[in-house]
Amino acid sequence: MAENYVGKRVKRTEDPRLIQGLAHYVDDIKLPDTLHAVFLRSIYAHARIKSVDTSAAAKVPGVVAVYTGKDVSAKIGPVPCAGALPDLKTPDHRVLATNKVYFVGHPIAVVVAENRYAAKDAADLIQVDYEELPVALDEEKATQPGSPVIHEQFGTNVAYKLTAGEGDIEAALKSADKVIKQRILNQRLAPIAMEPRGVLVRYYPGEQELTMWTSTQIPHLARTQIALMLGFPENKFRLIAPEVGGGFGSKLNVYAEEALLGWIAMQLNRPVKWIESRRENIQATIHGRGQTGYLEIGYKKDGTITGLRYNVFADLGSYFQLLTPAIPTLTGLMLSGCYKIPAIQINVTGVFTNKMATDAYRGAGRPEATYVVERALDLVAADMGKDPVEVRRKNFPAPSEFPFKTATGLFYDSGNYEGALKKALDISGYHKLRDEQAKARKEGRLIGIGVSTYVEICALGPSQAMPAGGWESATVRIEPTGKVTVLTGASPHGQGQETSFAQLAADQLGVHINDVTVIHGDTSIVQYGIGTFGSRATAVGGTAVWYAIEKLKEKANKIAHHLLEAGEGKVTFKDGKFSVEAPKVKAASVPEPVLPAAGMAPGASLPDPEPHGKHVSLQDVALAAHLAKSLPQDMEPGLSATYFFEPKNFTFPFGTHIAVVEIDRETGEIHFQRYVAVDDCGKVINPMLVDGQVQGGIVQALGQALFEEVVYDDQGQLVSGTLMDYAVPRASNIPWMELDRTETPTDVNPMGVKGVGEAGTIGATPAIVAAVVDALSPLGVRHLDMPIKPETVWRIIGKNKTGAA
Amino acid sequence: MKTKINVTVNGVSHQGEVEPRMLLVHYLRDALNLTGTHIGCETSLCGACTVLVDGLAVKSCTLFAVQLDGSKVTTIEGLAAEGKLHPVQEGFWEHHGLQCGYCTPGMIMTAAQILERNPDPSDEEIRHGLEGNLCRCTGYQHIVQAVQCAAKKMKSKTAVAR
Ligand code: FES
Ligand code: FES
Repeated sequence: MAENYVGKRVKRTEDPRLIQGLAHYVDDIKLPDTLHAVFLRSIYAHARIKSVDTSAAAKVPGVVAVYTGKDVSAKIGPVPCAGALPDLKTPDHRVLATNKVYFVGHPIAVVVAENRYAAKDAADLIQVDYEELPVALDEEKATQPGSPVIHEQFGTNVAYKLTAGEGDIEAALKSADKVIKQRILNQRLAPIAMEPRGVLVRYYPGEQELTMWTSTQIPHLARTQIALMLGFPENKFRLIAPEVGGGFGSKLNVYAEEALLGWIAMQLNRPVKWIESRRENIQATIHGRGQTGYLEIGYKKDGTITGLRYNVFADLGSYFQLLTPAIPTLTGLMLSGCYKIPAIQINVTGVFTNKMATDAYRGAGRPEATYVVERALDLVAADMGKDPVEVRRKNFPAPSEFPFKTATGLFYDSGNYEGALKKALDISGYHKLRDEQAKARKEGRLIGIGVSTYVEICALGPSQAMPAGGWESATVRIEPTGKVTVLTGASPHGQGQETSFAQLAADQLGVHINDVTVIHGDTSIVQYGIGTFGSRATAVGGTAVWYAIEKLKEKANKIAHHLLEAGEGKVTFKDGKFSVEAPKVKAASVPEPVLPAAGMAPGASLPDPEPHGKHVSLQDVALAAHLAKSLPQDMEPGLSATYFFEPKNFTFPFGTHIAVVEIDRETGEIHFQRYVAVDDCGKVINPMLVDGQVQGGIVQALGQALFEEVVYDDQGQLVSGTLMDYAVPRASNIPWMELDRTETPTDVNPMGVKGVGEAGTIGATPAIVAAVVDALSPLGVRHLDMPIKPETVWRIIGKNKTGAA
Repeated sequence: MKTKINVTVNGVSHQGEVEPRMLLVHYLRDALNLTGTHIGCETSLCGACTVLVDGLAVKSCTLFAVQLDGSKVTTIEGLAAEGKLHPVQEGFWEHHGLQCGYCTPGMIMTAAQILERNPDPSDEEIRHGLEGNLCRCTGYQHIVQAVQCAAKKMKSKTAVAR
């Protein structure tokens, strides 16, 4: 008898290989005769390359080839950017720099050698003659006259300007009783997947077959783009995302190194591998966030928000990666938060700077928006002297107002913001916390409570709204032995869809979960897919699996009907078996047959049930479908179905996060007392996986709020270039997270799932910042920029002391 | 110039010649093909490469293979004894202590050492013990629970053994 798996805390099927060190990430795949590539990268943020001398490098024993920009630029197409915006200035982004370098880490040359050590030695011997140029680093200053211009051909550092939003913002702000303004920073972050990028390529000249193993979130899209860059037929190009050690958006991209390695493998007819070092990873894998903005929010005396305007300078870096210019547009979409704001306007100025490109980092434009709107609501509350919870409630749409249209042009599918808020308030004991805080303040303690009520846009998304298709695909096959194979176009890399999709399939097909295998990431095995990002794998990819199975069951049902010779009878499917429903008259007169259960003597001796109780298993049907000796007339043999699911809308998960902190007056250190999160991601397939996603996201958000920042100095040197200087949260500086959920299904897909991969990074940052600001509010603090370091806090406390003395 | 070394890894003795500058982690991964030990930084900052050398958890990117002459090394591949998962591995599986799995071998080796030194660690002691191991996926909470679960399993085992 089949178990029910959906909704349960099922242990992951991917784990046994991972916990025993038996999985294969790119660097674990070994091919005989493999060469190793090492890149030489710019040490300057902006410079003209006068010459590159590779002669000494080429002489190092073991070195097979050295290539510079001159060798490859005409042969490999530009690194693609899919963000199409009106009047966008797109620089020609070649795989290696030729005349100029634009950021520290910009690749200039590549050495290919018999082993990594030799390649590294040789790269150190390449002589580059640079002419240093003045730098443009600050996204605001770079737009001003007199700033050095990065791409001379444009005559400006402004890549694009964009205005979006609905409602008369001028009138809305005028109608307000008060307008609050605030400068808001979303600092540059590095995604830091623990597995750096890596590429291994093999070319078989006889078969003209190119195989690439690369650590990516988008195997199919990457294959198409790299094939175009190389001018190589896509159907002879197999791209495999093997085990991928985290992505967070950083591997939702197509990188210069991937195409170049493909080209090298074809030049040398030998496999070639490149594994990114951590230093390269922080220099030359995309960054996230990087926005400096100015918000204006208008409100009425009773706390009703009348309008919100956000003028933002987006730090794009020097070149575009896949989605660079598009990310700030997502910020614009989500500026309504979970509030009724009649007029919203965003004015984006996308700016080139002498830094690595920014792109999608977990949340990708939405954490920025949530941070802006949540800070805005807190500023209103502080200004009014009201509890931030009350101001939020005042502006929530009621559950009955869904689908809810925002002034940013979205339709929120479903929501019960009050429900999640109330639950979080109850769990945290919010009112008691406020009482305790008041008492503690009298004793001079600095305790702060921060609340954020967020909504996010997930399940990206309808193809209309996406640069390269927003659907997802699945093929489900029942093999002749009855085993189930699921091929998904999504490309999980830690999220656990090998398990959650197996749960889904096992329930729908009434089989044991161990009889289901989920395959992904190999373009030669899996039908075209879009990939895993934007909290879409379950809501879009899972739905494709769901529909594929429904389609397959229709066919299986017809075969079963035929096998059972059911005639007019209706065949139903339950627990892995097809049975003929008895014609009504008969059914009334014959008692329900008792099916033999293993080991039960009386049952076991029962004769085969009469035709009305006859059944065939899914396995019988699968075998019949493959033997094809007895199938309904004109039916295709085999038992598999493919489905491409196109969602009709995004989904909009939401929730409430509450952080409680105490600040050490002596050191400025921020200590968490509580962290409560109530998230609503619709229906849940595996609560354990959802918790994992939320926790991981919250900790990344905490990193942004308190520790992390990509820092370039005023020469454009990357100061935070190692894990010593770039502060990823460690086990000891984070709170215990108390998690709970509400469940508001969506009708965007039949399972009612919404997506949860980015919720934590979206909901948590504002809650944590709000808590610290709240703790310092007795000292007159209304806002602080991230990352809020102990030093900043300590200085504020110190200043206040002197002020008071 | 290559140097001869003699190392026992996961109970198997290996003789080999290595370049003096070869890192232990490269020796394990490239010479012995034990690729379960991962590299996340090569600068002793992430813990992905943690293995046990003569019973001590060390970051194998901070040692040269030549320093290991005469030592006993245990890697993640050698942790499950006779095909049975180590309690820490079980704990990680049961409590979803991993997502992408890249930090996991190092985490598990470190956790095994934490429990060896302190069979009943508090939440704070576990977190302190894991300071040198970065995980970008999990937020650590499930890892802490995994280690607590392993502690319980190991305790009940020793109780049975007595
Ligand atoms: S690889 Fe050794 S500590 Fe990071
Ligand atoms: S599980 Fe991905 S880094 Fe820890």
